[in-house]
Amino acid sequence: MEDGIVVEGLRKRFGSTQALDGLDLAVDEGAVLGVLGPNGAGKTTAVRVLATLLRPDAGHASVFGVDVVADPVRVREMIGLTGQYAAVDEFLTGWENLEMVGRLFRMSRRAARQRADELLERFDLTEAAGRPAKTYSGGMRRRLDLAASLVARPRVLFLDEPTTGLDPRSRIGMWQVIGDLVRDGTTMLLTTQYLEEADQVASTIAVVDHGKVIARGTADELKTSIGGERLHFTVADPEQLGTALEAVRRYADGEPDADKETGELTIPVRQGARVLPDVIRELDAAGVVIADLAVRRPTLDDVFLTLTGHAAEERAETGAAR
Amino acid sequence: MSRTLWWFSDAWVMTLRNLRRIPRQPDMLLFGVIQPIMFIVLFRYVFGGAMSSAPGVSGGDYAQFLMPGVFVQTVVFGAVASAAIGTAEDMQKGLMDRFRSLPMSRSSVLIGRTVSDTVRNALTVAVMVAVGMLVGFRFHGSVLSSIAGVALMLLFGFALSWLAVLIGLSVGSVEAAQSAGMMWLFPLTFASSAFVPPQTMPGWLRAFAEHNPVSVTVDTLRALFNGTAVGSAGWQMAAWMIGLIVVFLPLSVAKFRRASV
Repeated sequence: MEDGIVVEGLRKRFGSTQALDGLDLAVDEGAVLGVLGPNGAGKTTAVRVLATLLRPDAGHASVFGVDVVADPVRVREMIGLTGQYAAVDEFLTGWENLEMVGRLFRMSRRAARQRADELLERFDLTEAAGRPAKTYSGGMRRRLDLAASLVARPRVLFLDEPTTGLDPRSRIGMWQVIGDLVRDGTTMLLTTQYLEEADQVASTIAVVDHGKVIARGTADELKTSIGGERLHFTVADPEQLGTALEAVRRYADGEPDADKETGELTIPVRQGARVLPDVIRELDAAGVVIADLAVRRPTLDDVFLTLTGHAAEERAETGAAR
Repeated sequence: MSRTLWWFSDAWVMTLRNLRRIPRQPDMLLFGVIQPIMFIVLFRYVFGGAMSSAPGVSGGDYAQFLMPGVFVQTVVFGAVASAAIGTAEDMQKGLMDRFRSLPMSRSSVLIGRTVSDTVRNALTVAVMVAVGMLVGFRFHGSVLSSIAGVALMLLFGFALSWLAVLIGLSVGSVEAAQSAGMMWLFPLTFASSAFVPPQTMPGWLRAFAEHNPVSVTVDTLRALFNGTAVGSAGWQMAAWMIGLIVVFLPLSVAKFRRASV
């Protein structure tokens, strides 16, 4: 199998922020890599280097064997890029946007028009084709932006947080579209802040923090490494937190997290729905009064808590570089 | 197709993109026309009486003196505002990232900007000429020199827009482009021969006003529209235009190649 995307020891510094600190990534031809990390982890910087928009300070990046620094023009012929914000001209219609990109890919006028029609049809935008893009909803704009990055049928697609800011319905629609592209054999690198999204779309996941990869594996591997679900309790009387902790400790799969200030108790468990009745019985028997309870799936916070020992949120504040 | 032909194709696609946007932002076009009309009417009738006896206003005909000044002011503001704000907007909205990730020529993105701005300016100038005629302005020179005058003012706007493109690429936001792009135009156009003869200004200001690129352009236009000799203003204007393009076109293209937001 040919190497799709290879990133080795990539470094990039902006002022005092080390955005990329020896990043290594590899995506096989036809595979989808989900790059998972909080804001400021260096995801967008990595995509910008791969898309020839930014020169790295050190390290190598190549797309199908073509180095992005040495031969950016050949790389641009192979790639499609969809950024965080929809990069479409809002005063042009959907059709005009796509036709323009086709022409800039040096297609003949006829081919560019035909391709624009095809893509509008495929992304369910035919009805809106003649309207300026500024009249589109957020989801429609993202679809148009994605369509624009597909005009030249790229072998490699970079999706930088393709669903950030979208409502749940548009998000699912976007995942379906991405799934279709995967089935067509497009090699893809997708960045996201959502574990669920990486899980849905990617074949392998690289967790990135502070400009380097801190964990990698399939979605299942990662999930196993961070545990199944989280049982989240709020104890009515924070004084009882110790009692509660002792009562449920044997159900925990990993270290429980107790917050004395708020009386919140988080327990990583396997098969949360199944153990929940037992846990409640134990708490009841110990005389602990519960104010609130929830079973939730692992979030990016849990991944970070498990892998780095700190929450994702504070990372987002200290490392604001893109 | 050869590289040169592709370059022209890219530049044309980009120009077309910007031209298509013009009628879809009628507020901007309207504002770009209404403001200069206001200038013509206000200056012509507020200052006209006082200026008719000022030294340097030939024949006491202020409309004839004023119009080349308003033409150049309009073209300069139009070109600079559009290029600085338009470029900053494309950077901010991520469109430049899209263009820079395509296998297209990068300089043609900027050429498309400045050429389409020049076309837009030509539309504005057509309206200005009509309004100027209404308030008493006339072309006294030959047809050829009148056409040359109009072409030169548009070319001056084109040259100055390369500086504006560089500003737009450098500032990073539309708001900053609005202030950084426009601020310097006020001293440039008002401390010039555009609205009053520099003879009436204090010495230090007069020295600036007489060598200001706006002044030499306005003086050249006055000569061409009045059918008198252009004199040294002509080559000074040519030197400014060539200088602006030679310096700021390559700087803008280089900046755009490296640009990152």
